[in-house]
Amino acid sequence: MDWLAQFFIRLLETARDFMPIFLVLIGFQLLVIRKPISNARKTFAGFIFVLLGVSIFLEGLDLALFPIGKLMATQLTTAEFLGINPVNKTTTWQTYAWVYIFAASLGFAVALAEPSLLAIATKAEQISGGTIRAWGLRIAVGIGLGFGLALGTFRIVTGTELYFYIIAGFSIATLQTLFTPKAILGIAFDSGSVTTTMVTVPLVTALGAGLAQTIPGRDPLSDGFGLLALASLYPIIAVLSYAQIAQWFNKRSLSSTP
Amino acid sequence: MFKKRFINQLINSFFDLSPILTVVIIFQVLIIRQAIPDVGHFILGILFVLIGLTLFIQGLELSLFPLGESMAYAFARKGSLFWLLSFAFCLGFSAAIAEPALITLAKQAAELAYQKTTIIDSPSDKNNYALGFRITVAISVGLAILIGVLRIIRGWPAYYPVFYAYILIALMTPFTPLEIRAIAYDSGCVATSTLTVPLVTALGVGLATAIKGRNPMTDGFGLVVFASLTPVIFVMIYGIIV
Repeated sequence: MDWLAQFFIRLLETARDFMPIFLVLIGFQLLVIRKPISNARKTFAGFIFVLLGVSIFLEGLDLALFPIGKLMATQLTTAEFLGINPVNKTTTWQTYAWVYIFAASLGFAVALAEPSLLAIATKAEQISGGTIRAWGLRIAVGIGLGFGLALGTFRIVTGTELYFYIIAGFSIATLQTLFTPKAILGIAFDSGSVTTTMVTVPLVTALGAGLAQTIPGRDPLSDGFGLLALASLYPIIAVLSYAQIAQWFNKRSLSSTP
Repeated sequence: MFKKRFINQLINSFFDLSPILTVVIIFQVLIIRQAIPDVGHFILGILFVLIGLTLFIQGLELSLFPLGESMAYAFARKGSLFWLLSFAFCLGFSAAIAEPALITLAKQAAELAYQKTTIIDSPSDKNNYALGFRITVAISVGLAILIGVLRIIRGWPAYYPVFYAYILIALMTPFTPLEIRAIAYDSGCVATSTLTVPLVTALGVGLATAIKGRNPMTDGFGLVVFASLTPVIFVMIYGIIV
């Protein structure tokens, strides 16, 4: 009973968060376009599905993934696990090797579970007529996200300036766009920001805060940020590379079979 | 037929989630070497995630995708630039303003500004700062969608606005207070949420399909990334001014 009440509150909260968008959609449809929604019943059912789906999804994340994700982020950064000598606290960036590996695997896995990425990848596959594969796109994003997060944790450990990592990423992406088929550019750029929503944000924030708390000399209040920015930048580079590799393979198979 | 689709989707969702389960279980059991606390809750939670994801995807295909596209068509046929642009702005603004992740980030930003800088002197000003932060981000997302739609209509290449945003961010960073930098970068990703992404994608693709001479592949995408870059610029401005 207790649990049911909790779920009901969650449902109401989600409804409140989605209300502005629903109002804008319906308001513009009825007042500006001035046409009844075609298939109103189906659309309404879809709204309910989305609402229920997101609420159940979040409830499940709270039950299963968030507690364990946060627990792991803290366990992995404890002094005992990392084998830091409690007397002289000299650590190098290599001490945290497991943290980078964890961040990379977490990034990869989280990208594959992200509903928004799934939605956009399916859309891209439909529109491209199958030239872009939804799975290929998602795996490319996963690799990029994993790399971005590993780099981000490395940055928190070493305490270097976020600015440089961002500029470096921007520059690589800019260079790549010159050599990438123009058709995929939009999708590649979008896939970066798409990854950082429902699943990724809370988990990544927990990881950053956990790291900033354990590492000596870092401020938990200000040094835990910046992971998300890298998590949305490096997938762009990964997807651009995926497009280039796919193009290269296409060309090669074309020239070998005349 | 509907039931069959639901079951298919459920199986797909399971495959989508299997990598994250593998990572969690491998790390927990083999590397940290501790049992998963509360296995019962864990399994129940995974089931919930599975069902939730399935419902969400079904709901998107039933409502948000078709609605977004049909509205894009309707606006293109109506031919009123004013209403299309105001729709674009309202969509971006309304999606961002209520985003839970943004609310959390705004609170953290206010806390940071209170403890690290002299911007806020009293705890009571924190709420105002957080609200200002949220409105700033929401306005910037709205503007981004507006400019993105304008881009599709005019037929500018998708990467133009993105590059200008990149360059602006790179130029502005040195002038931004050090404390706000990382939060500004993060604010962009937080603002583009679960509903914004499919809706905005549907709008862009729909418009690019409806307008003659535009290709949904080349022109339809690229709205979301712009909507996650403009908040960075605006939050930096907010940090410089306030």
